[in-house]
Amino acid sequence: MNHSAAFLSPVVESFAGQVSIILLEGKPMRPFIRLRWVCCSLLLFCAGIAGANQASLIADTDLIQAEALAKIIQSPGRDKPLMLQVGSRVLFQQAHIPGSEYVGAGNTDAGLQALKKRVESVPKSKFIVIYCGCCPWNHCPNVEPADKTLRQLGFTNVKTLYIGNNFGMDWVQRGYPTAKGD
Amino acid sequence: MAAALFTALYFVKFRHRHVIFPGEHPAAPEFTLTDLQGGKVSLNSYRGKVVLLDFWATWCEPCREEIPRFIALQNEYGAQGLQIIGISMDDDEQPVRDFSAQFKMNYPVAMGNAEIGELYGGILGVPIAFMIGRDGRIYAKHVGATNFATFEDEVLALLQKPAGDSKLMGP
Repeated sequence: MNHSAAFLSPVVESFAGQVSIILLEGKPMRPFIRLRWVCCSLLLFCAGIAGANQASLIADTDLIQAEALAKIIQSPGRDKPLMLQVGSRVLFQQAHIPGSEYVGAGNTDAGLQALKKRVESVPKSKFIVIYCGCCPWNHCPNVEPADKTLRQLGFTNVKTLYIGNNFGMDWVQRGYPTAKGD
Repeated sequence: MAAALFTALYFVKFRHRHVIFPGEHPAAPEFTLTDLQGGKVSLNSYRGKVVLLDFWATWCEPCREEIPRFIALQNEYGAQGLQIIGISMDDDEQPVRDFSAQFKMNYPVAMGNAEIGELYGGILGVPIAFMIGRDGRIYAKHVGATNFATFEDEVLALLQKPAGDSKLMGP
């Protein structure tokens, strides 16, 4: 699935607005548009402070890094965790961790209900890994509610896969095992 | 302090430069989807326009923050040939309908799927936006939240570029 780089090789790619290509002098943005952008940025800055929550609330000790999880799932004979994707089905269909299941978005009641139903008969000590990767870690609305729900249900061995940017960049493009489809 | 920060940002950004994209550019894959009003959204039907193709979702905070700016861009440059298209990667349509109505989105929004995601190299996270020139070729891909100024500069540069010119716009 690491085809985006080849697909876009002559094209400018940026991450989070950091464009790394040739820059030449050009004319400045129209002042009133620029002013509107400044005002908009101020509002979004304030909104960002107010909305700083979600995945960043999960304790570091409750996280698992991609490399560590990849090692676990590639180790023959080793007990595999129950891996649940709690983000987007469309993203899951394009790429997911082999053996993982889509249960629903953790930021919705329906998603959390589906999560509860899925783990109904799972032993409380079972190693469970949840992940999303829909968007940058501090903006992910799905993993923290799912993590919280599982802990409230009494699960004692829950880890959340830390995905700093998104699933494509931090799992697929790093060459970890990937599957497609439902 | 915040005022000083944003004043500084204003002047820094005022010196923002146009981006020049050298080389040849891949053709944007054609797609046809159904928008929230039931109409067809086909990339080919926008040939000759500059298209900002935005993959987003209602549950994605950076995506939501970009929408008002896209609405402003469409208002400002639509008459000059800019067409923004939103492809939602939400699982369900209703939140998208609600969001679109709430924010009065002034450009077509369609529900995405895995097929269009793979057509565009895998949309494995949002937001991801593609800048497509009048010639139907992709000039930029932005992963994650992107400065409004970057989008606007690219739109301005691509609007000045004739449809038949697949090389780059000059300064």
